[in-house]
Amino acid sequence: MSSVDTYFKNIGKGFWTVLLGMKVTMRHLFTPAVTIQYPDARMPIPERGRNRLYVNMDDCIGCNQCGMACPVGCITIETAKSLPTEDLGVTSTGQKKRLWVTQFDIDFAKCCYCGLCVPPCPTECIYMTDVFEFSEYDRDKLNYSFITLTPEEAAQKTEQAKAAEKEAAAKKAAAAAAAAQKAAQTQNAAQPNAQPNPPSAPKPAPSVAPTPQPAPAGAEAAPVSSVTADPQGSKTASSPENVQPPRPQEQAAQAPQELKTNDNPKGSAD
Amino acid sequence: MHNFITYYLGAGFWGSLVSSIIPLVFILPFALVAIWLELKISAHMQDRVGPMRTGRWHGWAQPLADVTKLIQKEDIIPAAADKALYILAPALVFVGAYAAYAAIPFSPAYIGSDINLGIFYIVAVSALVVIGILMAGWSSNNKWSLLGAMRTAAQLVSYEIPSSLAILAVVMVAGSLNLNDICAAQSGWFWNWFVFGKFPFLFITFIIYFIASLAETNRSPFDIPEAESELVAGYHTEYSGMRFAFFYLAEYANMFVVAAVAAVLFFGGWNSPFGTFLSGPVWGVFWLISKGMVLVFIQIWLRWTLPRFRVDQLMYLSWKILTPFALVNIFAVGLWVVLRG
Amino acid sequence: MAELRTEEMVLNMGPQHPSTHGVLRVELVVDGEVVVDAIPHIGYLHRCFEKHAEVMSYQQIVPYCDRMDYLGSMNNDHAYVLGVEKLLNIQVPERVEYIRVIMAEFQRIASHLVSVGTYGLDIGAFTPFLFCFRDREMILDLFEMTCGARLLYNYMWPGGLSHDLPPGFVEKARAFIKHFRPAIKELNELLSYNEIFVKRTANVGVLPADIAINYGASGPTLRGSGVKWDLRKCEPYSVYDKFNWDIVVGTGEMGTLGDCWDRYMVKVWEMEQSLRIIEQALDTLPEGDVHAAIPKRVRPPVGEVYVRSESPRGELAYYIVSDGSQKPYRVKGRAPSFSNLSLLPEISRGYLIADMIAIIGSVDITLGDVDR
Ligand code: SF4
Ligand code: SF4
Repeated sequence: MSSVDTYFKNIGKGFWTVLLGMKVTMRHLFTPAVTIQYPDARMPIPERGRNRLYVNMDDCIGCNQCGMACPVGCITIETAKSLPTEDLGVTSTGQKKRLWVTQFDIDFAKCCYCGLCVPPCPTECIYMTDVFEFSEYDRDKLNYSFITLTPEEAAQKTEQAKAAEKEAAAKKAAAAAAAAQKAAQTQNAAQPNAQPNPPSAPKPAPSVAPTPQPAPAGAEAAPVSSVTADPQGSKTASSPENVQPPRPQEQAAQAPQELKTNDNPKGSAD
Repeated sequence: MHNFITYYLGAGFWGSLVSSIIPLVFILPFALVAIWLELKISAHMQDRVGPMRTGRWHGWAQPLADVTKLIQKEDIIPAAADKALYILAPALVFVGAYAAYAAIPFSPAYIGSDINLGIFYIVAVSALVVIGILMAGWSSNNKWSLLGAMRTAAQLVSYEIPSSLAILAVVMVAGSLNLNDICAAQSGWFWNWFVFGKFPFLFITFIIYFIASLAETNRSPFDIPEAESELVAGYHTEYSGMRFAFFYLAEYANMFVVAAVAAVLFFGGWNSPFGTFLSGPVWGVFWLISKGMVLVFIQIWLRWTLPRFRVDQLMYLSWKILTPFALVNIFAVGLWVVLRG
Repeated sequence: MAELRTEEMVLNMGPQHPSTHGVLRVELVVDGEVVVDAIPHIGYLHRCFEKHAEVMSYQQIVPYCDRMDYLGSMNNDHAYVLGVEKLLNIQVPERVEYIRVIMAEFQRIASHLVSVGTYGLDIGAFTPFLFCFRDREMILDLFEMTCGARLLYNYMWPGGLSHDLPPGFVEKARAFIKHFRPAIKELNELLSYNEIFVKRTANVGVLPADIAINYGASGPTLRGSGVKWDLRKCEPYSVYDKFNWDIVVGTGEMGTLGDCWDRYMVKVWEMEQSLRIIEQALDTLPEGDVHAAIPKRVRPPVGEVYVRSESPRGELAYYIVSDGSQKPYRVKGRAPSFSNLSLLPEISRGYLIADMIAIIGSVDITLGDVDR
């Protein structure tokens, strides 16, 4: 008897739940849609939206902090030291720029938009914008170049830095050789502080070349400090182009246009 | 004057040709409209808006674009397929659906073929679809297709029984197998419709018929043959382009056939619901189509509400619920007809 | 009379099948429509997480953790950063942990919504799927306004968070909770208690508790079999011990204990529990600086740590070995989906192909989590 009972009960339940479901769908037939007509209407992208990166090259000091933080290694930065006579200006955070950035590529085909490159930047010049529509047919076109130098300029800067380096290296080698001679002469075990690597002293040229930053600072100190005096005056003159507000989010709105018009063709030229 | 075309053109070649083309002229736009409706209704039920772009006004041209796309597509025949059967199958499926239109009375003045076995003919011709689907499944040489086709065959054959039994109950009341006569028997106001006749038996009959017809058209919750989450696409997995479009077209053509049959059997066919108000041969077309569309809407509504049955549950529903109920119904209706006329 | 012998057919389900939830390939041996055996083949989504982790700094691994179980990114990050913090032996501000719990629970709801919705889709109901995605979008909006990303967040960092909660977050979160409670009810009306759905899932793929434990199942798959085991309660980590909520387990009310319906329903009920946790966390959210404890340089002392946590799919654990450098010597992820998937042959023998879909869906795997 009970099986007959459940038979009818099941039929009843089946009908009832179907009707309940139909009621729900009918109700939704008349509730307004939650979707939007995408290219015509857009969801507002929140302030923190993490989409395409933008680098404000005016502020970049070429320190490669961002490149080192990137987990996928999609930021390629190459720099060339500026000559003591060149003035690169200061960043909007007041940092002195010393390096020509001859290459600054971000491969957005590799980028995972994790945002890890943003916080390490000392001048807050790399940040994420709200541009998310930049698909391409060619993967290479996603490799954006952000440098402001033309390729010729960049090549020239690299050359000039190399030449300067060679010069410095030669000078240094001479100095080191002199020092070594002196040391040999005096038979003194104590080494001057400027020489971090005593065993390499006899053959100095190769040890200097791969470490460009610290050693020659002393030699350059005088001209650099004389240059730093200028920017206070020249800053006001060049301010319309050079001085950018440091806040990334305010920039986000205008960044896309800049990118599309200037950097994209350059990126494809790579 | 059951067919105004043969009346004017004579029952010869031209008359027959024209009157056989008319359903085709109806099916194509109907399929487009039904597809569009399905897109839009399903979208709104799911808090979406559906196509909005093609053709500007609410994407009305979307099905048109889809069909154009399907026609342009490459016609792929799998290398290991049984070519002849593979090509024949979609045509056969479509013919099954199309042939049924011959006996549907669109209006008192237009019925393709006013045979006195009308409803019987429709039931018989619809069964042709099974062969087409089996052919498609077998010839594709794909395991999923074959599984889908076997399921379809089992499903269609078993659901023909409750649906025929349901039809039989109406036929007993109307005393005719001719669909025009069945319509004529329900003339007058809507309370003369068979749905409300012999209450509640014919109403139950309608429910049985409607459920069975859903199964016959492979609509959800009985879309097991093409259950996309299980069988990829069932019997038409391997089909593409125009041949796929034929299956698609046949499905929508079939939807309307069962809806029209239900409208004729239970909702007075071409009769106006309000006595003589807006009745007549031309309005008859309007009434039949709009009644059919309401039923099509319910089919769509159900599809976007319900999950899918499993094969054995489907059989359970057919053999253990619908068939016994239909039998009891026939008995009750028969008794009623005999005792009270 | 000799028994009729039927020939078995081998059917390849996946890796490109609409309902294998990604790139899972199941080799089905079927007799007609009856499944005789089901052999899962995995590895189509293997992305060398563990190898990658050997050459990355600790912070850089976080985005990779995101990608393990891409539907439960927050939970993945949570477990990982807890491990790194344990290695570093640092104490994070309480606010950080509260926010992490809020995010993890929102993520759990979002993940369960996908699971529940696609499960409906597997069974043939399309509409609930989109309703679930509609609600999930709201959670993703919350995430996006907090950290800027919608799927792979990189929000939890060793020692803190990438951002504090944005202004308006709490209100929006409360609005979501208010919207979501009726939405669950509607989902139940439309799908969970629908007779067809119940008939499809009840008494199908029954997983007895002892087998579940033997296979190392966890999460809703284990709880569906009636085992009251949830690491948030049984071995509280983070600040989960401060909230008042219940472990939900399968009841077998529609069929047998441990069937697909139970596994499905546990997820639906868990969403309600997550709402409770979020509400309490929002109410008692302490003040503080979320960046305070972030170390300048993550360089843990030599040592190893094993942390486990309850991800939407079950027990997610990391085994991290440090050799004292900035990069871990080894990071091993213990993925819940992997263990849960191993159950598949056990619970699918003797059911129909259509049930196979229901069973795969109810076990709720993410292939990213299985293959890593
Ligand atoms: S967003 Fe992440 S992946 Fe992209 S450049 Fe920055 S650090 Fe690299
Ligand atoms: S961290 Fe900033 S300043 Fe340094 S290289 Fe990158 S963008 Fe330039």
